[in-house]
Amino acid sequence: MNKAARGSLLGIEHLGAQDILGLLKLARRMNPLKPRPLLRGKRVLLLFYEASTRTRSSFEIAAKALGAMTTLVLSSGSSIEKGESLLDTGYTLRAVGADVIVIRHPQAGAAALMARYLEIPVINAGDGMHEHPSQALLDAYTIVRSKKTLKGLQVAIVGDIYHSRVARSAIHLLSKFGARITLCGPAEFLPETATSLASGLHITRTVEDAVHSADVIMTLRVQKERLAGTKISVQDYVSRYQMTMARLKLAKKDAMLMHPGPIIRGLELTWEVADCPQSAIVEEVRNGVPVRMAILAKALGRAR
Amino acid sequence: MNLKKGNYSLLVKGGRLIDPAAKIDATMDVLLRDGLVAEIAPPGKTRGTAHEKFDARGLIVAPGFIDLHVHLREPGQGYKETIATGTAAAAAGGFTSVCCMPNTQPVVDSPEWVTWLQQPERGAVVNVFPIAAATHASKGAVLTDFRALQRAGAVGVTDDGKPILNDGVMRETLRLSSEINLPVIQHAEDTRMTDRCSMNDGPTAFRLGLRGMKAAAEASIVERDVQLAQQFTGARLHVAHLSTADALKAVRRGKRSKSQVTCEVTPHHFALTDADVGEYDTNFKMNPPLRSDSDREALLVALADGTVDAIATDHAPHAPHEKIIEFERAAFGITGLETALGLAIIHLHRGHKIPLSRIVELFTAGPARVFSLRGRGTLIRGSHGDVTIFDPQKRWTFDAAKSHSRSHNTPFGGAQLTGKVVATIVGGRVVYRAD
Repeated sequence: MNKAARGSLLGIEHLGAQDILGLLKLARRMNPLKPRPLLRGKRVLLLFYEASTRTRSSFEIAAKALGAMTTLVLSSGSSIEKGESLLDTGYTLRAVGADVIVIRHPQAGAAALMARYLEIPVINAGDGMHEHPSQALLDAYTIVRSKKTLKGLQVAIVGDIYHSRVARSAIHLLSKFGARITLCGPAEFLPETATSLASGLHITRTVEDAVHSADVIMTLRVQKERLAGTKISVQDYVSRYQMTMARLKLAKKDAMLMHPGPIIRGLELTWEVADCPQSAIVEEVRNGVPVRMAILAKALGRAR
Repeated sequence: MNLKKGNYSLLVKGGRLIDPAAKIDATMDVLLRDGLVAEIAPPGKTRGTAHEKFDARGLIVAPGFIDLHVHLREPGQGYKETIATGTAAAAAGGFTSVCCMPNTQPVVDSPEWVTWLQQPERGAVVNVFPIAAATHASKGAVLTDFRALQRAGAVGVTDDGKPILNDGVMRETLRLSSEINLPVIQHAEDTRMTDRCSMNDGPTAFRLGLRGMKAAAEASIVERDVQLAQQFTGARLHVAHLSTADALKAVRRGKRSKSQVTCEVTPHHFALTDADVGEYDTNFKMNPPLRSDSDREALLVALADGTVDAIATDHAPHAPHEKIIEFERAAFGITGLETALGLAIIHLHRGHKIPLSRIVELFTAGPARVFSLRGRGTLIRGSHGDVTIFDPQKRWTFDAAKSHSRSHNTPFGGAQLTGKVVATIVGGRVVYRAD
């Protein structure tokens, strides 16, 4: 199998702790309000096969803040609709002058495939159920800004972990830095094999146990159509796993409540929890821009 | 020299003849004449003369290998493989007979297509035994005409690529085939449990974010079929590409009963596990998928103890545009004809001390028995002159780019193998000889 193109960011799993710390350090030097022309003249191709609000807009703003040009290609309205293969689309975008491709795709491994056949860096902006590395990095950035460290933190991840690329990336990242991670959800959303993903993972089916004295609580979006395929009703899920103010109080006093978005108020969390002082949801989105500036600069070898 | 059939003879001299069906493991000369085995005798003791001689000293001489499970892709998918290229790969892998699966375009569900597959115009260099579809277009609903298909030359029926899922249809398939002694080959997969799955369920699937096929999807169908087969005297159930420990348990139960239950295992399932999928390498994607280490261990035990009847490759060629795409969209299947022997010797003989005679049995007498291929799988006098000659010590590297197959979708490109085919003889004539 070919090796991935240099500079690509395909996932957190195979990154070293030093790579991650380097990106977080670089992100701290990035300020979207003070543009730095590190990527002047570079072309950043945003290739989105799936809907996205946060990831797409923040990658675009990050690229522009570094002086790059951006072009957005969506699966609808492009030749992808006519049946063009992923690699042929990649070759086309490289031929029009892309220096880096940021790709969001519904299938696991799509970014890795592209990185193995194009000689330009590929950034994974979410591939199926696999990984969403920029989300994990911005979450780590958000946590470190508040808690100063990741080591020894007690983290609860609650919800549909099986289908979640955000959870997989977060677990890899936090595990590399010695966080103690408790995964919580019904068996349909959290199979026992999940503990094989990284070291030091625990599973509980009781949300109260998961959040008890936690430093960080990550809630995940629950899709009603996925619940429909299980024996759990929406009401069951809400009563057993929804993050409420009462459950949040079981965590440490200064615990952070996180969510990658989009949030569904009234399902995985209550309206009050989403807007409470401990909620870092908006902060996460804000931090997405400097973190993605760092990712793009690193990918193109302009990390300074 | 007259090369017309009926007037040619070849003496294979001085090799170690391993013929498990005849219980022979000794240095013997084998004289082939008129396409058949004319004589087996200790070195120098054959009475007849031969037009040509093949010096097999230091080599193993075995009955021609038989592959029960090959996709030759014709009719209709010549861009993946043709009967000519597929059988050339078979010959290079030591196979003198291949049984080809009917999931082509169109599906081989009529006597006309069964006949077509066997016509000389196809350019086969080894024997081709067609397996016909059990249901029209392999849609799993309306049974095909088993008697007519058998008369045309079909050695079994199957909907391979898919299971015969419906209980009633499978019962009827077993009932009708039992009346004419025709094996039913089942692709055991409860597809209601494997929707959108692309590899084995387990830690690697979870890590890669891929939906996993559970072992139960295979085992539950084998269990059901073993029970159904017991209802009809003479029913012959053959489980294709068996891959899980639980399915083996069901086969063992079937073998203890009065019904005829057989199974095959592929080289990739005894050589690899799901962890080898690595980072979405589609050359490790096939159906059934690579399984867990404990499944693999169970297969190794069953290959040794006789539960498994045959090694079959499930040779499944695909073009690059069907494989070099997103993992979940990529076609299932890998090529396997040219690497089967080398993998068997490395993993079964060297790795697990299974005697060479048992390995030869799994390639010869075992598969011949499964489909009742008369006069094949042995070299006793009067058998077909199909012979595989190999060097069990030879270390070599498989170069996928030099494969005889039209397609190169193999996980074993660059693999170091031990045990190499030196010559393949079909009907008394050499059809392949290693450089």
